[in-house]
Amino acid sequence: MNKRHGLAFKLAALILSCTFVIVAAIVGYNYYYSRDIILRQAEESSRNLAQDTAGRIDSVLITVQKVADNIAFSLENATLTKDEILELNKRVLANNPEIYGMAIAFEPYFLEADKLFFAPYYYKSGGRIAFSMLGNPAYRYFYMDWYQIPKELERPVWTEPYHDDGGGGVLMATYSVPFFRTIGGERVFAGVVTADISLDWLEEMLERIRVYNTGFAFLLSRQGTFIAHPDPTLVINQTVFTLAEELDSPRLRSIGQKMLAGENSFVPMDGIFNDAEQYLFYTGLKHGGWSLGILFPKNEMMADVQRLSNIMTLIGIAGFIILALLIIYIARKITNPLGKLSDSALEIASGNLDIMLPEITSSDEVGDLTNSFRVMKTSLKEYIENLTTTTAAKERIESELRIAHDIQMSILPKLFPAFPERPEFDVFASIEPAKEVGGDLYDFFFVDDTHFCFLLGDVSGKGVPAAFFMAVTKTLLKVVCEKGLDPGQVLTKVNSDLAAENDSCMFVTLFLAIMDIETGETQYANAGHNPPIYLPCGGKPEWIPPLGEPVAGVMEDMEYSTKTMTLNCGDIIFIYTDGVTEAMNPEKELYSDQRLMDLLIDTDKPFAPELVKTIDDSIKVFTRGAEQSDDITMLAMQFCGKCDK
Amino acid sequence: MQNSHHPIKTMITAMVLGLLLHAYPVAAMEKATIVLQWLPQAQFAGYYMAEDKGFYTAEGVDLTIIPGGPDILASEWLEAGKADFATMFLSTGLLKRETLPVINIGQFVQHSALMLITKKEAGINRLKDLEGKKVGLWANEFQIQPRILFKRLGIEVTVIPQSSSLDLFLRDGVQAASGMWFNEYHLLLSYGLDHNQLRPFFFRDTDLDFPEDGIYTLETTANTKPDLCRAVVSATANGWEYAFEHPEETLDAVMQRMIKNRIPANRAHQRWMLDRMKDIIMPENGPPIGVLRQKDFERVRTVLMETGFMDNAPMFPEFYRGPVR
Repeated sequence: MNKRHGLAFKLAALILSCTFVIVAAIVGYNYYYSRDIILRQAEESSRNLAQDTAGRIDSVLITVQKVADNIAFSLENATLTKDEILELNKRVLANNPEIYGMAIAFEPYFLEADKLFFAPYYYKSGGRIAFSMLGNPAYRYFYMDWYQIPKELERPVWTEPYHDDGGGGVLMATYSVPFFRTIGGERVFAGVVTADISLDWLEEMLERIRVYNTGFAFLLSRQGTFIAHPDPTLVINQTVFTLAEELDSPRLRSIGQKMLAGENSFVPMDGIFNDAEQYLFYTGLKHGGWSLGILFPKNEMMADVQRLSNIMTLIGIAGFIILALLIIYIARKITNPLGKLSDSALEIASGNLDIMLPEITSSDEVGDLTNSFRVMKTSLKEYIENLTTTTAAKERIESELRIAHDIQMSILPKLFPAFPERPEFDVFASIEPAKEVGGDLYDFFFVDDTHFCFLLGDVSGKGVPAAFFMAVTKTLLKVVCEKGLDPGQVLTKVNSDLAAENDSCMFVTLFLAIMDIETGETQYANAGHNPPIYLPCGGKPEWIPPLGEPVAGVMEDMEYSTKTMTLNCGDIIFIYTDGVTEAMNPEKELYSDQRLMDLLIDTDKPFAPELVKTIDDSIKVFTRGAEQSDDITMLAMQFCGKCDK
Repeated sequence: MQNSHHPIKTMITAMVLGLLLHAYPVAAMEKATIVLQWLPQAQFAGYYMAEDKGFYTAEGVDLTIIPGGPDILASEWLEAGKADFATMFLSTGLLKRETLPVINIGQFVQHSALMLITKKEAGINRLKDLEGKKVGLWANEFQIQPRILFKRLGIEVTVIPQSSSLDLFLRDGVQAASGMWFNEYHLLLSYGLDHNQLRPFFFRDTDLDFPEDGIYTLETTANTKPDLCRAVVSATANGWEYAFEHPEETLDAVMQRMIKNRIPANRAHQRWMLDRMKDIIMPENGPPIGVLRQKDFERVRTVLMETGFMDNAPMFPEFYRGPVR
């Protein structure tokens, strides 16, 4: 189901989701990119730090090595006496601050034939140089590594760090150089020169290396034993491999093996020592077979990045919230008036045009819309007021027209059969105005006892003016006819009256006939009216030829002539207005004279009232309901002859 | 039930009293000293646990344990009277018997843990390949089995006295080093060598499978203080059983002694050692703890006689006064 969301919601959702994606992308990219940079820098700086440290350790070791190498070289000289050897030993120690202790140990019975042991050892103790002679049944130095290894390998070595109980009793690493003498032409092993360095010295040096807060450096011996480590319980006691065993970490073991192989690398140490992620840089030393490791706590390394990211995230969130509020505010500002306008529009739609539109003064689209609404409201109001007035006026006019129609119809004889007591003739007429009132007229009346006047006319134009003109014409005709004039004279007189003061230049066509209802003699006159049809009983209908005389009401001094024709019994004169022949169907075709004539020809034994109805039906069939453009008026006068019965 | 002495209650009271008296027999405590053949490590865990858990005291012995070392020969301490008891290999005890009347009063290690270790890269695939090679051997009793082996194989090797470290072997100064299964083999692993880089040769796989650590005393002590001897062996057996049942507590005790003696100590190594000690002290199909079987004795005696290390070896009953089962 679609929930309806407002503009404010859509706007806010769209912009905020876009903003969120952008902010998240910026923060995320920044974090990962900075992290990469930091990581690279950390690797670089750890490499530098490690190599610098290794270099410093190596430089000390090489100094010690050179000293011991030189002494070993000088001891190859067999002329040195016991005292000279002791003096050499002491002097060298005094001149070399790096060296903690130095021994010159000879093979059994080598220097003095009666002495199993000869190994003077000078060492530093409490700021002074102390001396002891190594070798006794409890300390058979021949079997110590510092003696045995250079002897067997015939090359200088750094021994594994050890607690020398026979010597200074401190933790030391010893550089041992074998020296040889030539006896009987043969080079034989004579003993070793050892130089000890204290691991405290190294420990201090490495302790000074502080990496972030908890990062540290450690040193491994050739066998993987910890020589220096912030955790003193590891030093000498543990190798990196036993630590790996205790931590059950094959990975640490593998790293240890690479370290002992003298490789250097920067590796993640995630989860080996504890849950914290760490990085280790390790490198081999040039001397001693030792390797240096520097451990970086990742979280501290990344602390700055993390802080930056946190701040960026906070700024992002703050901006996001501010943006959200701003968008909601703006959206509300836009949609609130819209909502009010919408309510107002509904109110207007329901017809309340007097509603007060919301007061909106902003000069933006919403303001424009409000103004348009206001204009629309005003226009609507005016329009409706106009419409109301117009409608009222129209209704009034229509009502008057309806009344006028009734009056107009009422002045025409409408009662048929009009003279049921006179069988000599039969007259029938119909009128159908195109509008409420029309300009057609007909009339019939007795001029005297035997003369019956009937007429039909068509006023130019339609509507009210035509109706008035028609009324005037009809009244005039009636009045003039009663003076006993013949039709031509009647028309002349009526024309004269009509034309006088006819400013509107209206005119009327008229056909007027006066029939002697005893003889059927009929006098008629025609003022521009279309020719009526004479239907002789049993004969062929024919047009009553026009007299070629003009319409009435235009020229004051017109004289109209009178013609005479005689009707036989059953003959009919059919008079009509051009509304009949010019009636149009929807295709704008005219009913036409021909169609009327054809219809009349086909009519057998015509009877006046039926004839009018037949023609009327025929016209209706022809027009098929098309709008009536002109008044349709017909009059049929049938002469039946004098009836003596 | 009131006013009546419950017999069981009385009995329990008596037993508790007896135990207390037995546990703290201040007057009856007998002082004694035992010297071990090497520095403190899990190899002697049974003695430490017997001491720590009061098993010696419970047996009425106030025992002082003296750690050995590279320069302490247990038999010398015994001879000099500086110690009442000493731990020695069975072969060492037998050889000493020629000059010093020592008696085995309890045998703990039933199999030989001694081995020769080579690096695979040295290409020594059979023991015979040691011909002409430098082999690191420890002094004294540790040389008996290898020398017999070399003699039997008819190979000449250059014996290099092996120090307490494996540094020379690691630097290829010798091609084979002596080692104990419970100690040096794991040390090599802890120096970063992998199992598959090493080729070990075990003496226990040959007929030179000599039982090792046992408790010895002079014949006079065995004669005059048989109860003391029995008490020391019994308490030590209890100590071993306790040690194997409580390895972590035992490792704590071992580590503590190592640190006190300033010996490089790490728990992983001592755990390996304790596990291996269990293999050789309580082996499958072995005798009860502390017992020397006559057949094992005879095997060692025969080899030593045949190889000329001894001319006049004692008989089993003369030599062994320990528990029979």
